[in-house]
Amino acid sequence: MKEFMDTNLNKNNMSETNLSAAKVRFDNFSVSFLPDKPGGAIVEALSGINLSVGDKKILSVIGPSRSGKTSLLRSVNRLNDLHPNFVPGGDILIDGAPVYASSNIDITALRRKAGMVFARPVILPLSIYENIAYGPRLAGNNSKPSLDELVESALKDAYVWEEVKDRLQSPAASLSGGQRQRLCIARVLSMRPDIIMLDEPTSALDPVSTAKIEETLIALKSKYCIILVTNNVKQAARVGDKTAFFLMGRLIEHDDTSKIFTTPRDERTENYITGRFG
Amino acid sequence: MKQAVREAFISKILLLTALSSIGALTLITVFIFAEGLPVIFKTGFFDFIFGMKWKPSRGIFSIFPMIAGSFAVMAGAMLVSVPFALCCSIYLAEFAGRTTRAIVKPAIELLAGIPSVVYGFIGVTVLVPFIKNNIGGNGFSVLGCSIVLGIMVLPTITSISYDALRAVPDSYREGALALGATRWQAVKMAVVPAAGSGIIAAVILGMGRAIGETMAVIMIAGNSLIIPLSPLDPVRTLTSNIALEMGYASGMHRQALFATGVILFVIIMALNILATRVIKRAVR
Amino acid sequence: MNSRTEEKIAVNILRLAALSAIAVLLFVIIYVAYKGAGSLTMTFIFENPRDMGREGGIFSAIVSTFYLAALSSMIATPLGVGTAIYLCEYTTESAVTKIVRFGSDCLAGVPSIIFGLFGFVLFVIYLKLGWCLLSGALTMTFMILPTIIRTSEEAIKSVSYELREASYSLGATRWQTITKIVLPQAVPGIITGVILGVGRSISETAAVIFTAGSALATPESILESGRTLAVHFYIIAREGISMERAFATALVLIIFILLINIITYALMNKFIAGKKT
Repeated sequence: MKEFMDTNLNKNNMSETNLSAAKVRFDNFSVSFLPDKPGGAIVEALSGINLSVGDKKILSVIGPSRSGKTSLLRSVNRLNDLHPNFVPGGDILIDGAPVYASSNIDITALRRKAGMVFARPVILPLSIYENIAYGPRLAGNNSKPSLDELVESALKDAYVWEEVKDRLQSPAASLSGGQRQRLCIARVLSMRPDIIMLDEPTSALDPVSTAKIEETLIALKSKYCIILVTNNVKQAARVGDKTAFFLMGRLIEHDDTSKIFTTPRDERTENYITGRFG
Repeated sequence: MKQAVREAFISKILLLTALSSIGALTLITVFIFAEGLPVIFKTGFFDFIFGMKWKPSRGIFSIFPMIAGSFAVMAGAMLVSVPFALCCSIYLAEFAGRTTRAIVKPAIELLAGIPSVVYGFIGVTVLVPFIKNNIGGNGFSVLGCSIVLGIMVLPTITSISYDALRAVPDSYREGALALGATRWQAVKMAVVPAAGSGIIAAVILGMGRAIGETMAVIMIAGNSLIIPLSPLDPVRTLTSNIALEMGYASGMHRQALFATGVILFVIIMALNILATRVIKRAVR
Repeated sequence: MNSRTEEKIAVNILRLAALSAIAVLLFVIIYVAYKGAGSLTMTFIFENPRDMGREGGIFSAIVSTFYLAALSSMIATPLGVGTAIYLCEYTTESAVTKIVRFGSDCLAGVPSIIFGLFGFVLFVIYLKLGWCLLSGALTMTFMILPTIIRTSEEAIKSVSYELREASYSLGATRWQTITKIVLPQAVPGIITGVILGVGRSISETAAVIFTAGSALATPESILESGRTLAVHFYIIAREGISMERAFATALVLIIFILLINIITYALMNKFIAGKKT
């Protein structure tokens, strides 16, 4: 049944993506927010999304604001659960296992598996070291040698080790904006996730820091499944293997990045990437 | 899943702590009423409130003089405090510079921190002799209580009205200024009316404070069981009646003091609820 | 009168009111200091009162005050902070939060003499604790609870939502997020509330005298009666036992209150400054 729906609704990515290899699969997934007060309008943030993301690939998600990109990411690690009026529909499958349908899913384990980097680099009010060790410690890892090693490798993988290795115990708030965001990436890496989701990670950064983050992402691709939500069309083109274009809560088009940017099928996609709106 | 069980347990514990304040309020209500109501019923509600005689030795308990006393003292305190507090809050909210505000505001709040017994003592040693020598009577009077209580509730009224004034959006001020008003005219005609219900709530809460105050009043009021007809008359309030006699009262007499407490409690709760109503309307 | 002159006069009246408020404060402090400083010696602080307070010092009263303040804040802090956490982190606006807020608001308005009556009948009589520091502290707990709830709530609310999200996204549970991220950030604000509560315990008389009693001896346990500074001051001042000693005791009280206000003010400023970075 599910295969059937995919064939029908998502013809364009059938040819390339082997369904069984999909790391994350959105299966007729939708998100709505109930009104705050009785009588208010229900907000449909996402509707009927069918989309597969392969392992060791980067998917760029583009679209104008309020297109549902952020809701998409925050649904994968169930961060939307914090919103009291959130109602999901359909499901998301990670390695074939449903995120919403299963009643006894361990949400903290899910959030470790699908790490998230926010638009604004949010530094926990702790030292650099403790920022990175925060996730592993919560997962029950309290052995100093193992944490030391995790912290070092995470910082190295996020290309920020050289800049901070001599001041791991100083407050993370002392870092610059670009360093902070790479610290946030390292913080996610230290949890040994499968999936890394980034929500407009460079929107608050200068061009040099942005370039460094993009390099980092491309290097990380060999190990992780990466979903990059970006408001920067060029960034999507530079980094993504695939690109998905969202508009008003719907997936308009999803294909290889090169195809989306050279021969988009949908007129709205073309208008967006050429800067005619959004 | 062990984690989920623990989380659920913690949230139950927190809910229990959250119920502590309403639980305390319920306990207070239950115990005060349980102790006090029998005397009110025995005397008769009307006689208890409107009767003139309080003679514990003969088992006669009526509290009208004290109700009158409490309200007289409260009214006097408001006469002193409201204009004073309004001036302070308007000055702080609208005219004081940053440094002035940083000094004056905590100073006024500090007035609330001074123990009421200290106010009472200064009232006795300074104000009472002053009234006796310069104005008349024996000094222990409604007037003395009003002045001291007025100062004691000043911080309450000032800080709540201050918050109400600060909550008025700047567009009100700018709108008036753009029409050529001076700052003072803008404050007088736009800002203060806009903060009106907040200021009224502040005054109501101040009234509650004044009626509920005990230790300062007991030292300055003179505590005679008469209805005060002049500001120079001595007075006994509901609160001082309780505090004066609790030390030695027993049996029916003690219950009558709790009955006094019931009336006091009802008055205060009515004022508090009125104030929250007014604030809620302001928010809308 | 033209509007400029009117403004000038009005502002000067307002300024005069504010200055008078400060003048009143200064008068209270200076008057008590002037009358009390002469008797305020080291021996006065460290000696026990003798002959009903006519002779000797106030040491036992300081000890009782300390017990009462410490005990009541130890009980009220977990309750108040727990309430604040529940209101801010575990629930959205609902019937329960309305009831909780109503309870806390009303409790804040209950006059101290009512607390005194209540503490007397519940703790002293009904629970048979008698006049003792524990009865007094339990009564004060209810009195300072609203202050601690309000300040803790403000402190917890001021912690940014982003920090919570970041913590959740790293696999933290709600409780882990609260204990590891939110509470450490909110601590200065919470401490402010607790210190304000201590201030109220120190200066309270009506609620304490009917629950903790007024025994002059140094209490050896919380189940014994004790006379706090404020109660001691009230008794020796009202009964005219010793004016010099009354003023000196008042001065000690005021010094405590001043210290408490200075500490909370400094903490508050530090807290606000910390939030800005």
